[in-house]
Parts: sequence; C-alpha cells; structure tokens
Amino acid sequence: MLVVDRVSVSFEGVHALDAVTLAVPTGRTLAVLGPSGSGKTTLLRVVAGLQRADDGRIVLDGADVTAVAVHRRGVGLMFQDHVLFPHRHVAGNVGFGLAIAGRSRREIDRRVGEMLELVGLPGTQRRDVRTLSGGEQQRVALARALAPKPRVLLLDEPLGALDGPLRERLLTDLRDLFAHLRLTVVSVTHDVGEAFSLGHDVAVMRRGRCVQTAEPDALWRNPADAWVARFLGMRNVAEQDGRARVIRPEAVRVAAGEGAVVLWAERSGPAVRMRVRLDDGNELETETAELDHPRAGERVAVTIDPAGVVEVPSWQDPGS
Amino acid sequence: MALSHKVLGRLLRGAAAAAALAFLGLFFAYPLVTILKRGLGGSVPTDVWLDGGTRQIAWFTLWQATVSTVLTLVAGLPLAWVTARLSFRGRGLVRALVVVPFVLPTVVVATAFLALLPSSLQQGVVPILLAHVFFNVAVVVRVVGGYWSRLDPRLWDAAATLGATPVQRFRRLTLPALRPALAAASALTFLFCFTSFGVVVILGGPRYATLEVDIYNLATQSFDLRAAAALSLLQLAAVAVIVVVSSILEGRAGTRIPIAGDLATARRPTRHERLALAAILGGASLLFGLPLAALVRESFATPTGVDLTFYRALWQETPTLLVPPWRAIEYSLLYATGATAIAIVVGGLATVAIAAGRRGGGWLDTIVMLPLGASAVMLGYGFVIGFDAPPLDFRDTWWIIPVVQSLVAAPFVVRILLPALRAIDPRLREAAEVLGAPPGRVVREIDFPLLLRPLGVATGLAFAISLGEFGATVFLARSDRPTLPVAIYRFLERPGATNQGTAAALCVVLMAVTALSVATADRLTARAGRL
Repeated sequence: MLVVDRVSVSFEGVHALDAVTLAVPTGRTLAVLGPSGSGKTTLLRVVAGLQRADDGRIVLDGADVTAVAVHRRGVGLMFQDHVLFPHRHVAGNVGFGLAIAGRSRREIDRRVGEMLELVGLPGTQRRDVRTLSGGEQQRVALARALAPKPRVLLLDEPLGALDGPLRERLLTDLRDLFAHLRLTVVSVTHDVGEAFSLGHDVAVMRRGRCVQTAEPDALWRNPADAWVARFLGMRNVAEQDGRARVIRPEAVRVAAGEGAVVLWAERSGPAVRMRVRLDDGNELETETAELDHPRAGERVAVTIDPAGVVEVPSWQDPGS
Repeated sequence: MALSHKVLGRLLRGAAAAAALAFLGLFFAYPLVTILKRGLGGSVPTDVWLDGGTRQIAWFTLWQATVSTVLTLVAGLPLAWVTARLSFRGRGLVRALVVVPFVLPTVVVATAFLALLPSSLQQGVVPILLAHVFFNVAVVVRVVGGYWSRLDPRLWDAAATLGATPVQRFRRLTLPALRPALAAASALTFLFCFTSFGVVVILGGPRYATLEVDIYNLATQSFDLRAAAALSLLQLAAVAVIVVVSSILEGRAGTRIPIAGDLATARRPTRHERLALAAILGGASLLFGLPLAALVRESFATPTGVDLTFYRALWQETPTLLVPPWRAIEYSLLYATGATAIAIVVGGLATVAIAAGRRGGGWLDTIVMLPLGASAVMLGYGFVIGFDAPPLDFRDTWWIIPVVQSLVAAPFVVRILLPALRAIDPRLREAAEVLGAPPGRVVREIDFPLLLRPLGVATGLAFAISLGEFGATVFLARSDRPTLPVAIYRFLERPGATNQGTAAALCVVLMAVTALSVATADRLTARAGRL
C-alpha cells in the first residue's frame, strides 16, 4: 500500500504539487491523469525519492519513507522514453538492480531470463539496446524496473513514444502483467483512454492539485467540475452563473424526425461523431455506432436521457 | 541521508575545483606574474612598446595571423562540407586523417616544409602561411564540419522547393547557419597563428618574427628581461582582446538552425558533387601529403644515395647534443607520459567542477582555457625565472617539463571531457539510483563507462600535444636530456646536410611515435567502451 499524504513541492515559489493526497492499495493500479504541467511527473519523482517534498509524507507498506534516499527506497520507475543504459546490453540493463544488490551471477541470469520471458522478449539477453525498436526498448525498461521486485512500480507516460497497434498491444500486456503479478502501480499519463484502461482508479490532476479520484465509470458518470468533464472529452458542457450542465454524449440520442438539424457528422474510428443544432439555438454533440447515420444538413429528432445529465460547478482558470 | 550525500557531493566538487585552481595558480599564474614583476620593475615600458622594431613585429604578428586564418577558412570549408554532408566510401577515414596534422608537432611540420620548398622559398612568409593552413584546417573541419553535420538538411530541401538556387542557399542559409561555428573556428585559428612559435622560429628566418619568437630571442639571446616582459604583456593583452571579441561574435551569432537529432544528414553525392569531392580530396591530399612525403624522402636521401645513414646517426655521438639523438625518444616518451597523467587528472578535476558549477561554471572554464592563449614561450620563460630560487627551486627537477607540458595539454582535455560529461542524460543516473545504486556506484556504473571513450581520446591527444610541445620545453630541457622537438631544433640550427638529414629522420620518428600513441589510445578505449 502506497500513501501520498498532503505532499507539497514548489519550484521558485510556484506550486508544482499542492497538498496532494492519494492512496494505492496493494495490488491495484492508480492512473494519474492530467495535462502537461499539472505536476504528474513531479509526483512520481517525489514517490521515487528523486525529488524532495517540501511538506507531507510518503508511506510505503506502513513505513514512512519520506526521508529514505532514492537508492534505498525499493521502488521501480519506468521513465518516459525508457532511458536504458546505452553502454550495457539487454541483460546488463535488466540485471542492473540485482547486480547492485549483490545477487549471485546465477541468480541474476535466471531472473533476467524470467523477466524477459515475462515482457515478451525471451532470448534477447545479448542484444545491444540501441538496436531495439521503441516498443522493445520500453519492454526492456519495464523488465529492468520489475527485476528487483519493487514494492511499488511507477510508470511515467509508459506508452508516450509509441503509436498505433503497438501501443494497444503494450497496453493490454501491461494490464495483464499487473494483474498477474498483483503489482501496486502508479501510472502517469495525459491520455484519457490510457488512464481508463490501465487504472483501477483514476486521479485527475490540475495545476499541482488532485481534483478528483474515482474509478473510471464513476469518474465518467460524475466529473467533479466542468474542467474535468471537458478534459475527459465531454463536449456538451454549458456553463451559466457558476454552474455547468453536462450532458454525456451517450445520453443524446438522434432519430429520424423534427426539432434539430445536423451541422456535421464525421467518422472517428468505430464511432461517428455528430453535432446538431436544436431549433432553440443550443448545440449538442453525440456519437453513434450506426453505419447508416444522418448526414450534415438533415433534420432529426433529438432526445436526451435525463440520467445522462449532471449539474457540476463550473471552473474558471485563474491563470487566464 | 539524501541530504548528507548532497553535501558530500558538493564538498567533493569544491575540492576538485580547489585542486585544479591551486595547480593553475602555482604553475600558471605565478610564473606569468613573475615575468611581469621581474621585467617591469615598476616602470611602464612604453619605450619598448613604441619602439619601431616592436611595432614592426606586432604588425607582422597581426597580419600573418589574419591572412593565415582567411586562407585556412578557404581551404577548410570545402573539406568541412565534404565530411559533413556527403556520404561516400572512406568518409570515416577522411574524417580521422584530417585531424592528424593538428596533432603533429610544429617542429615536424616546419621541417617538412623546409624539405618540400626550394631553398629560395624556404624561409619567409609563404612557408609560414602554408604551415599555418596545414595545422589549422583540422580546426575548421572539426568545428565547422561537426556543427554542419548536425544541422537538419531538410531546411535546405525546403529552401530548394521554394526556388532558391544553390548559390542563394549557400548565402542565405548555409553561411548564417554556420556563423557560430565559423566564428569559433576562426577565433581558435587566429589565436594559434597569433601565438605561433615553432613554425615561425624555423621558417621565418632572421627577417620574420612574431611576438612569441621575439620574446624567445630577447630572453635567450639578448637576456633583455624587461623587453621580454613588455612584449609578453603586449601579447597577453592581445590574446585577451581576441578572446573577448570572439566570445562576443559567437554569442551574437543569431540564426539557430534546428539540430537534426539522430537523422542521417549526409547524402550520396550527385554527379557534380562527385567531381567536387574528387577535387577537394585530391587537393587536401596534396596539401597534407606533399610536405610529409618530402620530409620522409629527405630523411632517406643522403649525398651518396638512398640509405639509412641519417637513421644510423641517431645512435652516434654528435657535437649538437650531449647524448646520442635516440635518447631524445626516451626522454620524450617519459615526459609525455607524466604530462598526460597530470593533464588528465587536472583537466578531469576541472571538468567535474565546471560541469557541477552554478551557471555552467563559466568562470572556472575560462580560467582553465587561459594557458591555451597565454602561449607556450611565456610559460617556459616564466618557469625559468619563477622556479629557480628556494623555496620554489624546481629548475632541475625531472617533473618540471611534464608539468609545463600538461598546462598546454589540459585545456584540450577539458574541451573533450566537458561536452561528453554534459551529454550524459541525467536521467541515466536517476535510473541507476532508483535501481538501488548509491552515489559512488552511480559514478562507477554510469559516468565512468560512458566517459571511457572520450577519456581515451583526451589521453591520446594530451600525449600527442606533450610529445610535440616545443615553445615551453625548449626553455627547460637540459642539454643532456632533450626531447625530440628540442633535438630536432638543435639539428636544424646547425648548417649542413647531415644535420638537416638527421633532423628529418628524427621528425619521421616523432611523427611515427605520435601517430602510434594516438591510435593506440583510440583502439584501447574503443574496445573497452563496447563492454
């Protein structure tokens, strides 16, 4: 169990982390989601011990580790774009933590073999890490972080540099691996889809604060405020007098009929996104999986499922 | 815990800076101050400065450095282009060979031009300019070519699609983009030519002298300490002005072109480019190859034909030296080994301190670079008069020559190690720490292996520079313990074909030893660096 207890860090007077509190029970994965500059990476560095907290505590399995030096903390960290040691081959990278801990040659070899098997790169021990593909390098970095059996695994944008099918595959592999090993994981990302599919819980960060922590479905159902709703990708957010009415896209249903006109409809992957203007002037966005969807300019009937409408506080960016 | 490590680290870095500064203070600042104090004795030597002879020498020093720099740029730019932008078989070899002239001892190159040119041209302006170009083309190719090869070539593609002709691309894109590198290379070349000693003392004859040569003559022949000190002061001021002006120029170099990252920036040459490539490589081979070939020929060509007479003479007693010439090889190797060790330790300490310093440790960086500009002759002269009385009576110690040579080599060590140290991604150290490596272990597992290769290069270069060091060593080498460059100079000073031939043979030996040591250092660390 990892507990981050009211941790604050500031750089030259600016709060990078402002009294952030989080808890990750053993065997669960917390996805920390936020735009760049929200303090996600700083949070990871504090937990790893690479950055000193100005205030607050880090508690790992019941022990306060706030003052424990990085190299004694026993956490695993997978950096954004892997940061493999260029002067060591794959086995030299994966076995690094074990060698530092003074394990025997045989034990290291065995464990390295196991780890490479686990991340899907068996037999690559002698490969030069610079000749690996981006996805392979990321897997080696994962094996390197896991080999010393860390008490908690920290991932900084684990899929950041990858794209397309490679990304999907590694995402699935990571999720299976975490479940299989019952790892305690904190994964940082700016990608909503990634956070939802990796995290048992998702913590949303904004300007050094943790604004909401919830399971993905709960987060989607009840975003904390208008900013969170928009950040999650909801478009139907109407703000008025400090309140915002959020209509989740799946609650907007479009059928043949009257009452609105389709402004545009475009395919994005498996779904088709549409924007309609109601006859009262309001505009809404929705999605449909139908192949035979209404086209731009067609008139349609729009119904809204009241269960998909939430009232939340609006949020003004103090910086703008 | 984390805090005490940090404090310890800061203390260690402070100690590194202090050690490097103490070394430079005693062996660099003190001798120079001694020259100035002894020579000037309180009165400002305006009479020396305003003297007609001084003005003539200062003027020659200035214009030969200017012309040498321009000629070097003209000769070096095509080679820089070829090595940076064209991909052809043997490109790596060309890149490696181009650096060779720079590490050759000045005495060797001067002797080579003596061997090449007809006697009517042997002494004067032409051979001096040629020799300066010979040396400094390497600076232009390395500095400008290295910079050039990292510029994103797609910018030139973009300009071409927008209708820019090759000439327009060169004028509007290439030149502005290269300006920082051009400024840096010109400044270095100008500095080397301005303080040129070995080349000018051998090729200048009685008529042509730079400030550096005149300081040497005043100190060793007319024993005019005051005039030597006055000229030293003049030279120091000039070097300071050069350094300041060049740093302003480099700082102002505006256009920043994106760096290409891992992109391959060299391309297969077109048909026209292949012609240019052949012409440029051919020209370079002539410039570099002819003098060295002439030198080798001279070492074998005796009055009676082609044989090993001059090489055999290396084992015979000679009136020129107090020992058989071959002993100079032994002394050279010994001194250079010591000098390299000192240069690596001092340069390494300085590098660590500079890299860790606030705002890039700029002031320490500048101080470490000073010996590069202060000129070898002044250093040697400063040692002679600064360290000849207790408590600093070091004139007859065996280590005084390694120390003075290391001062000349250390700036190069820093210039090689500093960028390499800075290029290490700090997150590599963090990754090691997270995996459980304590600070000392991080240095051993990350910094040291990644610096092994540059350390090898620095060692090879420091050794080559120490082997070839002439300006300072000539003051300090005892007649019974000459180094190779000093022995060569002693032979050149004396007339006669035998002396010239023996000098040539010694040059060939020195060249071979230099090449061998650089190649060995490179080979050893290339293998070790692969782990």
